[in-house]
Amino acid sequence: MQGLMQSAAASLSPTVWTMVLGLVLSLGFVQVNALFLVWLERKVAAHIQLRIGPDEVGPFGLLQTLMDGLKLFVKELITPKPASWFLFVISPVLVFAPVLVPFVVLPFGQWLQVSDMPEGMLLIFAFASMTVFAILLGGWSSNNKYALLGAIRSVAQNVAYEIPLLLSAMSVVLMARSMSFQDIVGAQQGVWFVFYQPVAAIIYLIGATAETNRAPFDIPEAESELVAGFHTEYSGMRFALFFLAEYTNMFIVASVATALFFGGWRGPFADGPWWFLLKVYVLIFVVMWVRWTFPRLRFDQLMVFAWKYMIPVALANLLLTALVLKLVA
Amino acid sequence: MTPQAMLDPTHTLSEDTFYLNMGPQHPSTHGVLRLLLRLSGERILECDPVLGYSHRGQEHIAQNKTYLQFLPYPGRMDYLSALMFNHAHCLAVEKAAGIAVPERAEYIRVICAELNRISSHLLWLGAYLMDLGAFTPFLYCFDDREDIMDLLLPVTGSRLTYCYSRFGGVAKDIDETFVTGLRAFIKKLRGRLKDYDKLVNKNVIFINRTRDVGVISADMARAYGLTGPCLRGSGVAYDVRRAEPYSVYPEFAFEIPVRSGGDCLDRYMVRFLEMEQSLRIIEQALDRLPQGPVAPAKPVRVVKVPAGDYHCVYESARGQVGIYLVSDGGKNPYRMKWRVPSFSNLSVLPKLLVNTLVADTIAILGSVDVVMPEIDR
Repeated sequence: MQGLMQSAAASLSPTVWTMVLGLVLSLGFVQVNALFLVWLERKVAAHIQLRIGPDEVGPFGLLQTLMDGLKLFVKELITPKPASWFLFVISPVLVFAPVLVPFVVLPFGQWLQVSDMPEGMLLIFAFASMTVFAILLGGWSSNNKYALLGAIRSVAQNVAYEIPLLLSAMSVVLMARSMSFQDIVGAQQGVWFVFYQPVAAIIYLIGATAETNRAPFDIPEAESELVAGFHTEYSGMRFALFFLAEYTNMFIVASVATALFFGGWRGPFADGPWWFLLKVYVLIFVVMWVRWTFPRLRFDQLMVFAWKYMIPVALANLLLTALVLKLVA
Repeated sequence: MTPQAMLDPTHTLSEDTFYLNMGPQHPSTHGVLRLLLRLSGERILECDPVLGYSHRGQEHIAQNKTYLQFLPYPGRMDYLSALMFNHAHCLAVEKAAGIAVPERAEYIRVICAELNRISSHLLWLGAYLMDLGAFTPFLYCFDDREDIMDLLLPVTGSRLTYCYSRFGGVAKDIDETFVTGLRAFIKKLRGRLKDYDKLVNKNVIFINRTRDVGVISADMARAYGLTGPCLRGSGVAYDVRRAEPYSVYPEFAFEIPVRSGGDCLDRYMVRFLEMEQSLRIIEQALDRLPQGPVAPAKPVRVVKVPAGDYHCVYESARGQVGIYLVSDGGKNPYRMKWRVPSFSNLSVLPKLLVNTLVADTIAILGSVDVVMPEIDR
């Protein structure tokens, strides 16, 4: 028996073992990170709003979100009668599954990365855009008009904002001459790309905020208009999965921004994952700060902003980058 | 189209339109307003407000109660300007029954009414910005509003549904703590208004959401009987406090903010500027506060209104309140009709919403500022 297992283990290449280990670690990290981010969001919001936020459960209220998660866990899962049962049940799973994959290529550190694929950046964008299918399915199958309106808005918004997101990332790829994250971070040896590409960085951050459906672009779940948007009918853990996916997505886009524009795991004194995480959480803090400061855009204004301003500017920036690189090199 | 016809299953619908039933339970319909919307995508083709979910028959109650017994009820109509409705009711009955009010009491009533106007506008400001997706100003406004409540609590005895005025005066005199607290609050609120101005009024997203949205022309405003900030936002400088002065308002210098555009931003700005004017009135009233009694030596218990009909108008936070009182000489009013501003202001909504987006519904409804229990009564 033991021999059989040994031969099976030997037949698997080391990369598969790292993959499995990476996925398990990622799963654990996703949960802890989401708990921490929800707590952070509530604390940040509270301090912006003259409140103190959660402080009863655990030190500084750190365990509050864990308790909330437990509460959601034991809540009844309600499926509305007119809902399309299968799609309604499957979409929270579908929304959560793609957010795990990008952790394979996220460069936490020089040695702390599951796999440095040559097309790593592309992989993240490919899986990030899958979330929208699940949102559409969830909103549509709920058989609720608010949910449907939220889902429609979400699709239009994601399609519109993925283009400037990719265009701004492409400018960096042109400079680093690679899509692998290690190469991109390696290319920022002296100066971070944010100083070469400030326009792309700004466009990326705006697009990322819209991509993760965060205020002021939280149109698909605009609370004051659409009640809760696409997840109006979801309860219990199904709702929690949407929530988890949202916060994990936030972490992913902030990680990509850190790797593309802010030098990844590089920093003063000693390079390492601590710099990466610090930068990511600072970026997330900025996104939260924006959320609790600005009003929400209207749907048509959002589309106009994407198609008439962000995409042309991102395109011009990309062309300019290509031109300058050609002339310099 | 009537709501019944809209929900009639045999009613034919074209393929690209659908009905959305917004409310009575909805985060942004401000209480129990129900809007039936016919939509094409997100564009509104038709809107039908359905009222009456908090109807309590207040006017009928008035007929079955004595004048004194009805005293606490008006504060439950517009619960956000309870002091003003309470004041209006007292003014109407005092005018009809010929009850004299000491000057100090009238000054105190004005101070409290203007404080109530500020607290009503503050709540509206916060709620409106929350409707537009900005959550944070809401809590700042509530923080300021909390100060007003803390000030009024020891004086009036309540925090929201005040019943402070009595026939011929007020229930309790104000003291030095109230005056010093109020002066400190005025200073604090002035600073806060500057903050709101910086944070919100110049925000490009906010301006884009409200400018040229829900435009009411001056003629339209007059035709629908709009009053209050909705009318003044459309360029008509009409304020009951100036047009038909009551109480001691003629003694104070204050401006009536008017904006000419008639869109949501103008209505917002009118309310925003009104808070500063209310502060001015309060300051002047505090400076000139006369000494003397605040209520008649013998409390007025039985009010005798001579037979006849009487009318009294009042400027509440939302517009003109009209009380039409018919008396047959008995202990109870024969009829007491309340003309409330929110009802007329809401009546323009179906016209405003046509050809706007769902997101605009919230912006427009919020800018009209309705209080549903006032409409339903």
